[in-house]
Amino acid sequence: MTWVFNNLGLILELTLVHIRLSIVPIVLGFVIAIPLGWLAYRFRLTRGLILTLIGLLYTIPSLAMFVILPPLLGIGFLSEANVLIALTIYAVAIMARSVADALASVDPDLRQAAVAVGYSSWSRFWTVDLPLSGPVLLAGLRVVAVSTVSLATVGIVIGVQSLGYLFTNGYERGILASVLTGVVMTVTVALVFDRLLVLLGRWLMPWTRLGRSTGSNAGPQEQETPATVPAGVQPVTKGGAR
Amino acid sequence: MNLFADAFAWLFDPLNWQGSGSIPQRIAEHLGYTAAAMILAMVIAVPLGWWIGHTGRGKELVVGLTGAARALPSFGLLFLFVMLVGVLLREPAAVVVLMLLAIPPILAGAYSGFEVIDRRTIDAARAVGMTEWQILFKVEVPLGLPLLFGGLRSAILQIIATAVLIVYIGLGGLGYDIVQGIELRRYDQMLGSALLVIALALVFDALFALLERWAVPRGVRAGRNTDVRTTPHGRRATAELSATT
Repeated sequence: MTWVFNNLGLILELTLVHIRLSIVPIVLGFVIAIPLGWLAYRFRLTRGLILTLIGLLYTIPSLAMFVILPPLLGIGFLSEANVLIALTIYAVAIMARSVADALASVDPDLRQAAVAVGYSSWSRFWTVDLPLSGPVLLAGLRVVAVSTVSLATVGIVIGVQSLGYLFTNGYERGILASVLTGVVMTVTVALVFDRLLVLLGRWLMPWTRLGRSTGSNAGPQEQETPATVPAGVQPVTKGGAR
Repeated sequence: MNLFADAFAWLFDPLNWQGSGSIPQRIAEHLGYTAAAMILAMVIAVPLGWWIGHTGRGKELVVGLTGAARALPSFGLLFLFVMLVGVLLREPAAVVVLMLLAIPPILAGAYSGFEVIDRRTIDAARAVGMTEWQILFKVEVPLGLPLLFGGLRSAILQIIATAVLIVYIGLGGLGYDIVQGIELRRYDQMLGSALLVIALALVFDALFALLERWAVPRGVRAGRNTDVRTTPHGRRATAELSATT
């Protein structure tokens, strides 16, 4: 505990650095995954190609990813860009599948109704399909956020600062409190991100809140379960017969 | 691209394939940790997941665990466990951490495999007089296999990826060559061993994808139980379904 109090400044600074390092890949991953996910959802040919490709990318261990990206992209091995790009690739790999699943989760009747009242396919995508796929998108984004925060710690092995510094430095100097603080802070940041996304979802998708209160006897816990279970299972079954 | 040529030259250099610290030895170490962790995780998680799926008790545990496990930084856990049990016991510590990482996806796969089964199928099995054990092993287990294999596939990838990092707690595995390459600034070695790790991960991913596909009964492969006729027509329909969905 004394170690923590003596190093509050360092812990706070690393936490902020860690948050910055994680937010960029989460946002970029989400933005890139939307067109990719749409392509995977819309055409059978691109579906197979994209889902297989992202499945393979997701298979690459993080340390190996840091090693092969620099010669492929011409970036510095020890640069922050290396970690940011690697994390973005993982984020896209999880999120693109989620986007495809989310778009497929929209009730086809609603889609037909939108076409019937005269939406063009472009405006239908932005005003009907995308908002209605919100709950599944959110579930995917929560997985992306949490795993990105956790994975960002590995960046320390190529010298990119994050809470991972508390692991390597603490281990080398034999300070258990440092490693433990690193783990606790990483989990805390991940859970805060997760909560914030849930709140953001409630604010952006007020109708999901409405559905929850009118649902017969399903409590909030039970309502949340389907959102998290498939999200947990989706990355699990990536690239397979799905 | 010259770097990749160097990497392949390193990979296929006969000198790197013999003696202590050779490529085959690193692969064997890597697979050794992977196998130990995977077997332990399966022994724990598969029966537990089936029990949860069969009884419906403890669903929240699975959901909570899979969520929480994603937030846990595996890299930090490695250091934490070694410091807790002492450097002398770092090998078992590494296996335990790898095992802990593999449990949530396997648990989720075993449990959700049962969860997606149409309740009427199980009611029907009970109605024709099957005992609970028969329902478990003749109905639920075969029907739940696809998702279980999905979970195993995800678990082994997680283990292989994290086992790359055990070099940082002073153990071997394929990560050793990568980190040594980084320290010696030998790009051919780090790139070559990174490619080796990726190849290993891809091989296991493909292997489990095949298992996912072929160890599953024909009727299950359609993913739906709307058409279980065994007429040639029905078979073709299910085959098409599994190919397109």
